[in-house]
Amino acid sequence: MREVRGNRRDLLSISSLEKDEIINLLNSARSFAEVSTRSVKKVPALRGKTIVNLFMEPSTRTRMSFELAAKRLSADVVNFSSSTSSLSKGESLKDTAKTIVAMGVDAVVVRHGSAGAPQMMTAWVDCPVINAGDGMHEHPTQALLDLFTIRELLGRLEGLKVAIVGDIDHSRVARSNIHALRKVGAEVLLVAPQSLIPQDIRRMGVEVTGALDEALGWCDVLYLLRIQLERVNESRFPSLREYTLLYGLTEARWFELDPKPLVMHPGPMNRGVEIDSRVADEVESVITGQVAAGVALRMAVLYDLLGGSRG
Amino acid sequence: MVFEARAQLLDADDIARIIRRVSHEILERNKGWDDLALVGVRTRGVFLARRLARTIEEIEGGSVYVGELDVSLYRDDVAIRRASKVGVTQIDFDVNDKKVVIVDDVLFTGRTTRAAMDALMDFGRPAVVQLAVLIDRGHREVPIRADYVGKNLPTSGNEKVKVSLTEIDGTDMVEVGEELER
Repeated sequence: MREVRGNRRDLLSISSLEKDEIINLLNSARSFAEVSTRSVKKVPALRGKTIVNLFMEPSTRTRMSFELAAKRLSADVVNFSSSTSSLSKGESLKDTAKTIVAMGVDAVVVRHGSAGAPQMMTAWVDCPVINAGDGMHEHPTQALLDLFTIRELLGRLEGLKVAIVGDIDHSRVARSNIHALRKVGAEVLLVAPQSLIPQDIRRMGVEVTGALDEALGWCDVLYLLRIQLERVNESRFPSLREYTLLYGLTEARWFELDPKPLVMHPGPMNRGVEIDSRVADEVESVITGQVAAGVALRMAVLYDLLGGSRG
Repeated sequence: MVFEARAQLLDADDIARIIRRVSHEILERNKGWDDLALVGVRTRGVFLARRLARTIEEIEGGSVYVGELDVSLYRDDVAIRRASKVGVTQIDFDVNDKKVVIVDDVLFTGRTTRAAMDALMDFGRPAVVQLAVLIDRGHREVPIRADYVGKNLPTSGNEKVKVSLTEIDGTDMVEVGEELER
C-alpha cells in the first residue's frame, strides 16, 4: 500500500500497488542491479539517511538483503531484532516505534509475526514504513523481486503461466505473488491439497488444482513454497512423506518434464520435502538469482520512498 | 510545463560542424586517440559521445571507448526536486589511466557535471578528466568549466535551452525559449 499521506509514502502491500508502479520499480531495479556489479558497490543516493530494520521474527536473507540495499545507497542502518531488544523485556511495539522516531530515522523496515503490524506502525512513526513480511498477510518486496527475476530470465510477464505449489493458506509470499502476477497480466494456478488452500481464494482471479502433474505440463514458471515444518503438526496434511509424493518436485517428475519450467523458491529450501535435493542442485542458479535480485529491488524501493521522487 | 521556443539557435548542419570541430579539438589536445574514452551523461550526452567517437574514428582510425553515465544517484538535490527515473550506467572498460572526456548537451549550473565526476571516479582513477558540451549557457554554481564548447550561449536564468537530437527526438536542433505553466 503505497499510500501518500502528505509527503510520505509507505510500501505495505502489493494489493494496493498499481500496475505501472510495479513496472516502474522493476525498471529501476535494473539500474540498481548494475551498482552491485561494480568494484565500488556504493552510490551516494541516500547519504545521511538512517534506516531501521525492525525484525520481530527470525529472518536471515530478507534482513541482510535490506541491510545491503541500504548500505549500497550509502544510508546508515540500525538493526533491531526482538530477541536482543527491550521487546523481550515486555516493551510494546508502539513504545519501540516511539523510541525509534525520537532517535530521528528516515524509514522503518518491519518484519512482524502479526498481519497488519506494519500498517499499525504507520500511525506511530512519521517516516515511510516498508513491510518486510507480516504474518500471513503480505511480503511485497519478495513478490517484486520474484517478478524481476522472472522478467529477466523469460523476458516478459504478461501472459505467462505460473503455478504456485504448497502451503498457500499460511504463505504471505504466495499472497503477494498472486496479487503481483495478476496485476501484470500473468495467469496463476495454485497447486495444493484442499486443506492448504484458503476458501475464497478464487476471488483473486486464480485457478486451483490438487494435481501437480496437471500443473507441470501447463506452467512456464513453477513456484515452490517452503513447507513450514512447524505446520505439520497442525494436521493439515497427513505426513511430510505423503506431501512429497503428491506435491514435491521429485526427480522422477523433473526428468520427465520437457520443456522444463523455470523453478523458483523463496528459500530456504527443504530439500527432500518440496524439492528433491538433486533437482534443487540443478535449479539452484535461479534461486540464488532471486537473492541477488532482492538487493537490487530493495535498493529501488528504498530509493523510491526516500530519494527524491516524491512530488 | 510546456516549452515554448522563441528562437532556433543551431540547426542540423551547425551541430554536425560542431561535432567535427570538437572531434578535432579532442584529438589535438590529447595527441591522438590512445587511451581516449568518451563518457556521455544520460540521456542526450550519450548520443553526442557516440557521434564524437564515430567522427574521431573516421578522422584517425583506431577505436575510442564509449560509456554511459546516469547521475541520478549522485545528484546533490534529490531531496528538493522530483527525481527522474534512474537509468542504467554502463562503463564496460577499465577507467584507470584513461583520458576520459565527459560529454553533456548543456552546461548550466555545473552540478550535473560534478555528479558525473563523482560517478566516474567510483569506477577508477582516470589519468585526466575533461568536459565537452554542446551548449554552455553560463550561470555556474560550482567551479567547473568546459574544455570543449560547441557554442557559448549567454542566457537569463529563467530561459530554457532545448536540445533535440535525431536519435531520440527525430531531429537535430537547439532552441531557446521559456517554460510556461499551462
